[in-house]
Amino acid sequence: MASSPSETPSGVIHDLGYRPYGGPRLGERAVSWSFFRTGLRNTYGLGRSARSKVLPMILLGLMLLPALILVGVLVQAKDLLDLDEQIVPYSTYPLTTQLLVSVFVAAQAPALVSRDLRFRTITLYLARPMRRSAYVLVRFASLTVATFVLVAAPLLLMYVGGLLADLPVGRETVRFLEAVAGAALLAACLAGLAAVVSALTIRRGLAVAAVIVVLLVSYTVVSAIQGISLEAGHDGVGQVAGIFSPYTLVNGVQVFLFDVPEATATPPEGTAMGLLYVGATVLTVLGSVAALLARYRRVSP
Amino acid sequence: MAVIETTGLTKTYPRVTALDHLDVTIGDGVTGLVGANGAGKSTLIKILLGLVPATSGGATVLGHDVASEGGLIRALVGYMPEHDCLPADVSASDLVVHLGQMSGLPYAAARERTSDVLRHVGLAEERYRPIGGYSTGMKQRVKLAQALVHDPRLVLLDEPTNGLDPAARDDMLGLVRRIGQEFGIAVLVTSHLLGELERVSDHVVILDSGRLLRSSATTDFLHATGSLLVEVQGRPDADKLLGQALVDAGLTARPAGGALIEVEVRDETTRDVVRDLTVDLGLGLVRMQDRHHRIEDVFREGVAGGVQPV
Repeated sequence: MASSPSETPSGVIHDLGYRPYGGPRLGERAVSWSFFRTGLRNTYGLGRSARSKVLPMILLGLMLLPALILVGVLVQAKDLLDLDEQIVPYSTYPLTTQLLVSVFVAAQAPALVSRDLRFRTITLYLARPMRRSAYVLVRFASLTVATFVLVAAPLLLMYVGGLLADLPVGRETVRFLEAVAGAALLAACLAGLAAVVSALTIRRGLAVAAVIVVLLVSYTVVSAIQGISLEAGHDGVGQVAGIFSPYTLVNGVQVFLFDVPEATATPPEGTAMGLLYVGATVLTVLGSVAALLARYRRVSP
Repeated sequence: MAVIETTGLTKTYPRVTALDHLDVTIGDGVTGLVGANGAGKSTLIKILLGLVPATSGGATVLGHDVASEGGLIRALVGYMPEHDCLPADVSASDLVVHLGQMSGLPYAAARERTSDVLRHVGLAEERYRPIGGYSTGMKQRVKLAQALVHDPRLVLLDEPTNGLDPAARDDMLGLVRRIGQEFGIAVLVTSHLLGELERVSDHVVILDSGRLLRSSATTDFLHATGSLLVEVQGRPDADKLLGQALVDAGLTARPAGGALIEVEVRDETTRDVVRDLTVDLGLGLVRMQDRHHRIEDVFREGVAGGVQPV
C-alpha cells in the first residue's frame, strides 16, 4: 500500500495485518455445486473475458432465431395456412440445427476440459479437497447442461409459441417434454464425446478441430449412407449406420420411444433395432464417462 | 504437536527411488526443505497432500493420515506448485476467489479473503487483469495467494523463488517469513539453494537422493562456529603483531587469508579485548565482523554432493 506524497492525507489506510478465517467451511457437495455452476457459466463466457462470450452467445442467438420465426409464422398465419401443429416437430429441430450445436460443443468443450490440462490448473484443483472423480463428473455435468440449455432453449420458445397459437395444450406439453428428454440425451452424448476428445490433447485448436471432425463428419457420412441405403432398398444398413452419429442416434431413440415424426431417411424399425439404439445411447454416455475417468486417473498432479 | 511426521516413508518409481525410508518430524514455524533437483522434495510434498501413494511407510499431516484422509488434509493445507499452473485468460482476483470456493469457502468469504490475501502478497490493481500478461514475479505471488486463500494451517511451497530476479526473490522470501511468523501458518518451503533458506527458516531439513541428510534448527547450523574476522592497519606487520598479542592474551587466533585474523569468540568480552589490544599497539581497526558460517559450509564439510550453494 504505497502512498505517494502528492496525495492529500485525507484518509488513513490501516494495515489490519493477517486476519484468520473463522467462518464456515463447506462440504464436498457445496464445493461440487459451486464448481458445476462456475463451469456452466464459463461455457457461456460468463465470468470470463468479453471475447469468450461472443461465440456462445451468437450461437445461442442463431439457435433461437429459426424457432422465433417458426413461432411468428405459427401465431400469425395459423388459420391462413390451416396449421394445427408445430411447423417443424420438436424432435426434428436439433437435427436441423446440428451444425450450430456441433460448433458450440466443439468450441466450449476444450475451453472447459483442455484448458485445465494445458495450463496445469488441474494441479490446483487436485490439491484441494474435491476428489479426482468428482472433478471429472462435475466437468462433464457442466458441459452437458450447457449443451442442453442450447438445444432445449429453442424448444421452449416453440412450446410457448405453440400455446400462444392455441395448439392443444395437453398434446403440446407431452410432445415438448418428450423432446426435452431427447435434448437431454443428445446433450449427454455430445458432451461425453467432446469431453473425451478434448481430454486427449492440451492444444485448444487441435481439440476444437477434432471435435468438429468427429461430430460433423460422422453426421455427414451417416446421412449419406442412410440416403443411399434408402435409394438402394437396403433400409437395414441405413438403420445400423444411424447409430454412429449422436444426432441420428438420439433422433432414432425418440422415434422408437415416443413415436415422433421421422427426421432421418432410415429411422429404426422394429423393437430389436429400437433397443439397439437405446443401448447404443446408454453405451455412448457411460463409455464416455468411463473413458474420462480413466484418462484423468493418469493425470499427474 | 508435530505438523508433519513421516515414518519409514519410501517411494519407488520403476527406475528410481525418490524417497528412501524417510523419518522426519516437522513442527511449527518455517521449515526449509533443501536438496538438489531430484532429491525427492516434490515427491514428498505430493505424498503429504495425499495425491501420490507411498510405496511403504507412512506419514501424518496435522494429525491426519495421508493414505486415508487426503481430502481432510487438503482442506487444511495450501499448496504452491513449482511449475506454472495459472490459466492465462482469467484475472488473479477471479481465479483466487474461485479456488477459495473450491477449498470450501462460501462465495462472500472467498471474495473477502481473496482481497486480503492479494494485498498481503502485494498484488495491487493488476489483480483485475488477465494473468496471461503477468511477469514471473506476479505469477508467483498469485500462486502463493491461492495457497493462502482458505487460511490453511500449513502451506507447502515448492520452489517459490524459482525464476525470480534477486529483488523479487528477496520479496518472496520476506513473504515466506511473514507467513510463518505474523500469519501463524506453518510453512514447508523447498529450495535447491541452501543460502536462501538460512534467512527465513527456523528449521532446515536436508534431503539427498531421497534420504534424510540432516534435520536441525537453523541456529544450530549458524552457531556451529563463532568467530570474528579482524582487519587492522598502521604497520606492514600489523596483523602479525595483533595476532601475537591476542594469543598472549589467551585467545585463539590464526591468520585467515590476506591481512585478516580470525579470532575465536570465547565470551562477551572477546570483542572488547580485540579493540583494546589494537589500541594498545597503536594500530587502526579497519573492521571486525562475525564470521558467518552459512548453511552450505556445514554441508560442504559433510556429504551434500550435488547441493548447489548460492
